[in-house]
Amino acid sequence: MSLLKYESQQREPLVDGNKNYHQVTEDIISPIEMKPTRLWYIGFYISVGLLLFGAYSVYREVTYGIGQWNLNKTIGWGWDITNFVWWVGIGHAGTLISAILLLFRQGWRTGVNRAAEAMTIFAVMCAGQFPIWHMGRVWMAFFVLPYPNSRGPLWVNFNSPLLWDVFAISTYFTVSLLFWYSGLLPDLATVRDRAKTKLRKMLYGVASFGWTGSTKHWQRHESLSLVLAGLSTPLVLSVHTIVSFDFATSVVPGWHTTIFPPYFVAGAIFSGFAMVQTLLIVVRKVMGLQDYITLGHIEAMNKVIVLTGSIVGCAYLTELFIAWYGQNPYEWYAFSQNRANIFSPYGWSYWLMMFCNVVSPQLFWSRKLRRNITVTFFMSIVVNIGMWYERFVIIVTSIYRDFLPSSWSTYYSPSIWEIGFYLGTFGLFFTCFFLFAKYFPVIALAEIKSILKTSGENYKAKMTDIEKADSEKFYVEEVEHAH
Amino acid sequence: MAGGIKKFVVGSFDDEAVLFPAVKSVRKQGYKIHDVYTPFPVHGLDHAMGLRETSLHTAGFIYAITGTTTALSFMSWVFTKDWPLNIGGKPHFALPAWIPITFELTVLFSAVGMVLTFCYLCQLSPFVKKHHFHPRATDDLFVMAIECTDKTNDAEVQSFLEKAGAKEINVQHAETGWWIGRYDREQKLYKEKDINL
Repeated sequence: MSLLKYESQQREPLVDGNKNYHQVTEDIISPIEMKPTRLWYIGFYISVGLLLFGAYSVYREVTYGIGQWNLNKTIGWGWDITNFVWWVGIGHAGTLISAILLLFRQGWRTGVNRAAEAMTIFAVMCAGQFPIWHMGRVWMAFFVLPYPNSRGPLWVNFNSPLLWDVFAISTYFTVSLLFWYSGLLPDLATVRDRAKTKLRKMLYGVASFGWTGSTKHWQRHESLSLVLAGLSTPLVLSVHTIVSFDFATSVVPGWHTTIFPPYFVAGAIFSGFAMVQTLLIVVRKVMGLQDYITLGHIEAMNKVIVLTGSIVGCAYLTELFIAWYGQNPYEWYAFSQNRANIFSPYGWSYWLMMFCNVVSPQLFWSRKLRRNITVTFFMSIVVNIGMWYERFVIIVTSIYRDFLPSSWSTYYSPSIWEIGFYLGTFGLFFTCFFLFAKYFPVIALAEIKSILKTSGENYKAKMTDIEKADSEKFYVEEVEHAH
Repeated sequence: MAGGIKKFVVGSFDDEAVLFPAVKSVRKQGYKIHDVYTPFPVHGLDHAMGLRETSLHTAGFIYAITGTTTALSFMSWVFTKDWPLNIGGKPHFALPAWIPITFELTVLFSAVGMVLTFCYLCQLSPFVKKHHFHPRATDDLFVMAIECTDKTNDAEVQSFLEKAGAKEINVQHAETGWWIGRYDREQKLYKEKDINL
């Protein structure tokens, strides 16, 4: 037996159980060949229900105007932009897993990347809804595009961060979609070749673009994945940087800080990983994929959560310190009164954010808690609440008291249609995710197979045996061969 | 239709560790490997088969600089020539402010261009029908197709593959080259002729 690669025996296996290539195919494809379960239908219909409620909320907003939301002159950005930034942030984990961890050659990404990338795409779809419908006269939405028009042509303002957002979000969506789908082609071909019915064969045949698995195609596919990963890495950093420019380039106290880009990116990855945990803990349980999404995977993601959570915490303290140290009375007022003062109208949200994002992730310094599914699931929800409040704090507490005290608008609370719109995006997200989990391989099949012989539990055990029996011979035969 | 209908000896392996020496010995023997179909990217197989490196990444670079120049020249033209807009008295040629959009278009052009080129080169698109030498090539088998010429003794190739460790060996006829959805019909015609003879 000659194995082609060697991986340290200290590392935990990434695929548990006694698997061979066919078993991997069986485990991952068979859930999508079965009829949907009752649980799936319940979840799916709830999601569709939320989506319809969201659609009705949007209908109200379009028909009667932005006044349907409780926004006013002072608080022009409320839940809508909070939700936008929150959803975009969620998306970032998927790209981090699929692109940055690919460049860093992290084998554990193979178990979770497909679902995380799908999450990215759906989250960006949800995020895009908010700025679009927030335009009010949404039928004019195409005005954001630089096209030759009859008004001059009067072009868009290329110097504006809001226009940068248009380019950043649409590029991010397109590139993520291409990356995700090009990775899906070989796996869809596997589903096609196993299909029993004519309809399935036809549909998956169309979807898999006639993939054969030719060596030359794989060579190009590898090159494509690597370059797309290389492109997506700066892209994902640029997207949340540009989102943070929406705030940072303004002159609103609490917004115009240079720390925003790295702070937003870290926060985005933090919340995104929390969402990946929420989804995958359910998916692995319901679809029986515990052998592929192991405790090791969950622990690895919790490590990212504690790292990015601490970066975010550090950023909170830095901006607080600089607000004080900078001695700008308006800036300091925004921080000391609007936010940190717990008795101010929104002080509670600041401290809730602090607790959820800075204090609670510190639990994950303990290995035992990192590997505890219940704690992880609970924490993932806490982190997502915390990150939603971060955006709420940044947006609302900075603008509800502006430079003119007579226009201070203290008691902003969302209307039912504003909440309905947010719930609607949850509906959209989960409707898409349920369909994805039912009709697509949720784990990157080909990628799991390519790490099976180095990181599969049974293969690692075999390797340990050979290594123990004759370590010198093992070294010459296996390890040298690998390099 | 380019290439025409050809005959292939097809051997399926169930372990990439057996496949590598087999590829080597088949090439040494002078047989022409049409292709090897694998369920996942087997690293080093392209080198073993003597395939040249792909230059897809070069195409990606060319698309990228196209994106960069498109973005920069368009924004410069709009803001300095077509409609110079006074934005707070700031310079018309505001290069630093154009960095984000320039970067995004660089990435967008490169990604879209590369994926389209990839699909073009590999002849991948919806509704394309291709010959699949073995349905388990996307599951757990590594399928080697050896092209036969008039002079090839295919019984000899078959026994050679068997010695090299192939688990399943057969002879198939397939059309190579470009085609969109016509393949299956052509193959049937060929077989019918075979029977008539």
